[in-house]
Amino acid sequence: MKRLTRAFSVIFLIAFGLMYLTYYLNQAEGYGGKNTLTVYNWGDYIDEELLEKFEEETGIKVIYQTFDSNEAMMTKIEQGGTTFDVAVPSEYAIAKMKEENLLLPIDHKKLPNLKHIDPHFLDLPFDPQNKYSIPYFWGTVGIVYNKKMLKDKEIKGWNDLWNPDFKNQILLADGAREVMGFSLNSLRYSLNDTNESHLQEAKAKLDKLTPNIKAIVGDEIKMLLVNEEAALGVVWSGDASEIMGENEDLEYVVPEEGSNLWFDNMVIPKTAKNVEGAHKFINFMLDPENAAKNTEYVGYSTPNAEALKLLSEEISQDVRFYPPPELTKKLEVYKNLGKKMLSHYNELFLEFKMHRK
Amino acid sequence: MKKKNGLGPKLYLAIVFVILYAPIFYLMVYSFSSGEKMYNFEGFTLKHYKEVLQDTRLLIIVLNTLVIALLSAALSTILGICGALAIYYVRNLRTQNALLTLNNVLIVSSDVVIGASFLILFTIVGVKLGFISVLLSHIAFSVPIVVLMVLPKLNEMSPTLIDAARDLGASRWDILSKVILPFITPGIFAGFFMALTYSLDDFAVTFFVTGNGFSTLSVEIYSRARQGISLSINALSTLIFFATMIMVIGYYFIAKRNQRGAGMGVGK
Amino acid sequence: MQIRTRNLYLIPYLTWILLFVVAPILLIVYYSFFNVDGHFTLGNYQKFFTPVYLKMTLSSFWYALLITGISLLIAYPTAYWLTKTKHKQLWLLLIILPSWINLLLKAYAFLGIFGTYGPTNKLLESLGIGTQQILFTDFSFLFVSVYIFIPFMILPIYNALEEMNHSLLDAANDLGASQWTTFRRIIFPLTLDGVKSGCQAVFIPALSLFMITRLVAGNRVITLGTAIEQHFLVTQDWGMGATIAVFLIIAMAFIMMLTRKRK
Repeated sequence: MKRLTRAFSVIFLIAFGLMYLTYYLNQAEGYGGKNTLTVYNWGDYIDEELLEKFEEETGIKVIYQTFDSNEAMMTKIEQGGTTFDVAVPSEYAIAKMKEENLLLPIDHKKLPNLKHIDPHFLDLPFDPQNKYSIPYFWGTVGIVYNKKMLKDKEIKGWNDLWNPDFKNQILLADGAREVMGFSLNSLRYSLNDTNESHLQEAKAKLDKLTPNIKAIVGDEIKMLLVNEEAALGVVWSGDASEIMGENEDLEYVVPEEGSNLWFDNMVIPKTAKNVEGAHKFINFMLDPENAAKNTEYVGYSTPNAEALKLLSEEISQDVRFYPPPELTKKLEVYKNLGKKMLSHYNELFLEFKMHRK
Repeated sequence: MKKKNGLGPKLYLAIVFVILYAPIFYLMVYSFSSGEKMYNFEGFTLKHYKEVLQDTRLLIIVLNTLVIALLSAALSTILGICGALAIYYVRNLRTQNALLTLNNVLIVSSDVVIGASFLILFTIVGVKLGFISVLLSHIAFSVPIVVLMVLPKLNEMSPTLIDAARDLGASRWDILSKVILPFITPGIFAGFFMALTYSLDDFAVTFFVTGNGFSTLSVEIYSRARQGISLSINALSTLIFFATMIMVIGYYFIAKRNQRGAGMGVGK
Repeated sequence: MQIRTRNLYLIPYLTWILLFVVAPILLIVYYSFFNVDGHFTLGNYQKFFTPVYLKMTLSSFWYALLITGISLLIAYPTAYWLTKTKHKQLWLLLIILPSWINLLLKAYAFLGIFGTYGPTNKLLESLGIGTQQILFTDFSFLFVSVYIFIPFMILPIYNALEEMNHSLLDAANDLGASQWTTFRRIIFPLTLDGVKSGCQAVFIPALSLFMITRLVAGNRVITLGTAIEQHFLVTQDWGMGATIAVFLIIAMAFIMMLTRKRK
């Protein structure tokens, strides 16, 4: 008993000591104060020096909180109970959040820097007139392939994936919309198709891809491709640009049959308490210099036309990540298909995964 | 007294330990790589350690994680002991099994389900999301494992021991503190360490019930996956690992010297 | 007097059960009766009995069984020999220590270790076996799962072994029993309770395993846990996810009934 009491007293003592230290640090950092702004973003999706710069310029202390998926983030915002002033969801999530009244309208008058955004990326179907969201980064879905491993066989489109030579060579991203989408695209259907026979056709075509697929994975796909675990991967362009810097044999292509165009936009969720500060933050991120710095750090494609001019030509002239208008015309943004249809897509994707066994 | 291990058993244990520590050494090696990610080891550098030490936000998160882990493990151990005693004292076998089944619900439930339902509960009851809600959840999901670790010990205890103590006029508190608790101490420590493990490992539940600026290390690590986990996390884990290792070994030998043979208690 | 003693321990425990077990179960059951559009339905239960989900259930049970069996096979000798080392408690702590490092980080490390150009394949090559695909196979899945769960198996067995009455062993020795007979007739039966609680602590969570199925098995293994994850986080079809969760709870209750001790 004595031993137990002593052990537990020590544990509580250490815990309370650490708690005090945390409290002290929080105070010292200014997190305890009134003038704070909570930014809810993907982990490591911002150059943290910019946060410091923002704090210096405005005197607002930024609390940076992170999420690991759009859906989980939406659940948190929907349930409330905690403050988020700015969040960065992807476009299909924005459409959903709009529908469920989870967003506050954005006052464009408070965003003088909005003029720097390339008009191509404004007024898109998921958010007409950008009433609720402002572009942060954008990109495509495509194929990364290893030139050395494929011995210079050229990859042009989705249909090349079905080449019998690529047995056990393909990694897929674990997303129902992405995988069903490229199968639909390869059949020249829209990736927002809801026609049942088209969907069944796409699923049947995927089943035939089974022998070529090595694995269906998440974010670790980048590590696997750099390590040459597989020769091909279906990935988001942001991931592609990152890993191409690490393995020079990797090449990225936006498939000729068409593909997905995605956006991560800044929004103000209904849980916001510092709406004024949120506008300031969004405007700050739209500043060409800041946007350019952020793009250099994160490595995704920026929608900010002025920022692009500040970046080196190596980045701004790269057609793989800043494709010319002829190509972007073929790209489609995901439409919000509704919960039922999304469920159906996932059901088909699940069946396809089970088929692989 | 007891037979010592021969070469075979020693080799077997050595292999088990090598495998258990292999991924951790892999992580540590990369914390010194001058690259940015956990592949293609480049040159040797200490820059990731420097990054960690300069990052106050990360430091606060680490401290949060430790506070939650220690407090929740200690409190859930106390609650778990009550639970095990409660189940032990219930004589009806059916009630006992019913309680045990309820006990195990949280172990079998997927973290996401637990997280989502706790989130709904907390918002219904009106608990502010943050430190308290995370602490409560961690206590909640650690209790069952403590019960599972303590209960077998209680069952091993011969009932005559308690009867004898009672016949000798021991009060209820005496029986608990002088007979039962010393006997089940190994189970209690086992439960505590398992609870600590659960708390440190948990991502999904914490994610759902946290808020208002409060974050733990797992949440931070998982949400960095999209951008690729940077090696500063490896450096941080290495530091934490060595700190715990030194603490564990240090505490073990101090306890050993003070108590002559009775260790810190996971064993006898 | 005795009844009051009982009640005292039950109060905090039952409060916990009511708040964090019964209430969430009720919520889960409630959700399982709603479809994606928020209408009342029994369709989720119907869907659970379609071949896709039944196949998934079977494979979940099969893998959980394998994981538990292999963990037991490895954990028992480990625990047994640990009790015979000097500084045994320290060694035991060192068994638990690795589980305090974040799982995602360890999983990434395993991706590197098992990779085509990783250390494991280098070793195989130098042994003359040649490079094998280890990642994304049943082997890597089982290996990493067992790796995660093994402390949960070792700990209760170790405790049971420690509590064993050693005079029984001496008696058996004196009577000339072989080591194997001693183990089979005395040691194993005496530690059965520890083995049981170890199996529960492994089998039950193994049923709802996720993430590892994607990370090291590349979605070649689909468990009920993965499906719940999908429904809650991707489709946001909480109803179907809750339905699977209900089935997991029922399955667990059933297992508890099977392994309950008889007085």
